[in-house]
Amino acid sequence: MTRAAIWVDGLTKSFGSSRVLDGIGFEAAEGTVLGLLGPNGAGKTTAVRILCTLLRPDAGRAEVLGRDVVAEPQRVRSVIGLTGQYAAVDDVLSARENLYMIGRLLGVGRRAARRRAGELLAAFGLEPDAARAVKTYSGGMRRRLDLAASLVGEPRVLFLDEPTTGLDVASRGQLWDLIEGLAEAGTTVLLTTQYLEEADRLAGRVVVIDHGHVVAEGSPAELKERSGGQIIEVRPARREDMTAVTRVLSAVTGAASITERDTVAVPAADPALLGAAVSRLGTERIAISQIGLRLPSLDEAFLRLTGSPAERSTR
Amino acid sequence: MTAASQTAVLTRRNLLHVWTDPQQLVGMTIQPLMFLLLFVYVFGGAIAGSSRSYIQFVLPGLVVQGVGFWAMQTAIGLNTDFQRGLVDRFRSLPIARSSVVAGRIVADVLRTGWGTVITVAAGMAFGFRLHTSAGGAAAAFGLVLAWGFALSWLMAFLGVSLRSAETVQTAGFLLVMPLGFASSVFAPASSMPGWLQAFVKVNPVTVVTDATRGLMIGGPVARPLLASAAWIAGITVVSWALTLRSYRARV
Repeated sequence: MTRAAIWVDGLTKSFGSSRVLDGIGFEAAEGTVLGLLGPNGAGKTTAVRILCTLLRPDAGRAEVLGRDVVAEPQRVRSVIGLTGQYAAVDDVLSARENLYMIGRLLGVGRRAARRRAGELLAAFGLEPDAARAVKTYSGGMRRRLDLAASLVGEPRVLFLDEPTTGLDVASRGQLWDLIEGLAEAGTTVLLTTQYLEEADRLAGRVVVIDHGHVVAEGSPAELKERSGGQIIEVRPARREDMTAVTRVLSAVTGAASITERDTVAVPAADPALLGAAVSRLGTERIAISQIGLRLPSLDEAFLRLTGSPAERSTR
Repeated sequence: MTAASQTAVLTRRNLLHVWTDPQQLVGMTIQPLMFLLLFVYVFGGAIAGSSRSYIQFVLPGLVVQGVGFWAMQTAIGLNTDFQRGLVDRFRSLPIARSSVVAGRIVADVLRTGWGTVITVAAGMAFGFRLHTSAGGAAAAFGLVLAWGFALSWLMAFLGVSLRSAETVQTAGFLLVMPLGFASSVFAPASSMPGWLQAFVKVNPVTVVTDATRGLMIGGPVARPLLASAAWIAGITVVSWALTLRSYRARV
């Protein structure tokens, strides 16, 4: 029987009059990493909280390893780990005491709980600071400890709710390496994120949600293709040339362009179109102060995936 | 059995805070000493003629009133754990949900015991003498702990049901201050105007103070002890039910 590790169907949840989840459904096979992508307020955290038994859905069903989150919450809790948006560790205690406490709560003996704490501290590079109170830690160290705390019970399914939000680039990279290691070891991971790059790096499959609905689903590569691949961005030397640049870029790529203050951006299905754009701008003698290729931002990807108000405004 | 051991783990965690955060330890030790010295030496002469006879009167009540302040830690501690997302962490573990609140309350009752011992020891150093038996003293100690248990449940309700830490502080203070002062702790009820006496006499702080006083320095015990037991049971049961309801509703 190969039942999905995470299975969600028709999940609905309202807070007061605002409907945060509106019949959302997705699944993740065992041993895979699923990215739940969406802007702030899309319902990502609510979905995770329901799956972690912290919140009851109004309607719909959710199962983790075949265990119903509403009917059998305690059986769900025994197989999951949760790392929230903010680091939920005890500030006053040391890292070692935090991990030891969770081990003991899970019914592990004193000696085994000490050993498990030691293993995790070593694996997460926290050994040198293990005896210090957590409130003296940097943001990156706290997140690593938070992740370690959710692994004490060796969960088969791990929920990571925006694990790298607010971290610097180096700490983000460290955390990504750790998550990749867990996935390789066979842990099923559900990861919510606002960063396309993060989903791209870690997730095999991505579900994009917005306003409580699933708006797109697929591998990161598929989604990027559908969101228009790379983007050519041009800043003319003179503001008067904005319309001319817009015209040239549309002619070269055959796509609608987006104008923003002093730059014009256009999706390029083929990166080679950059060369064509440069030579065309040259022949028309339009002076350029900056030109380049970049990946679409999450906003741009969304606008495309969700039926795009941006396209409407540029046509 | 497992719920009990989970409660023990969380109790240990809450007590560890006292050792790792010196501010808490100092507060728990200095605050009762400060109250004792201020009241005995600033007001003692005026109220009872001499600080020596006032300390006999005020010490038992000072403990009962102090319990209110010490129990505020239950509200603050629980509220902070919710605020920081720590309760979410605990609730995502396969443990008894009640152990989070229970671990807090057991730790705070133990802290109440510490505050009581400090206050009584300091009182004895400054001239307080027990006038009853060791059994009386032990019974008084037990009564104070039971009182602390009841107030911790009341504070647990505040900590779980109110959102911001500031509101919790204010609500706790507004509860503890008037009940502590409009009581028989600092002056006999008979010295107060009639309208105030009416309140003071039914105030549970008065009831528990009278019983504790009787057990420590002599005087009527049976009636106030019975009334204390009723108050303690009532506060515990009502607060327990309210706390449970808020805890379930809070998301």
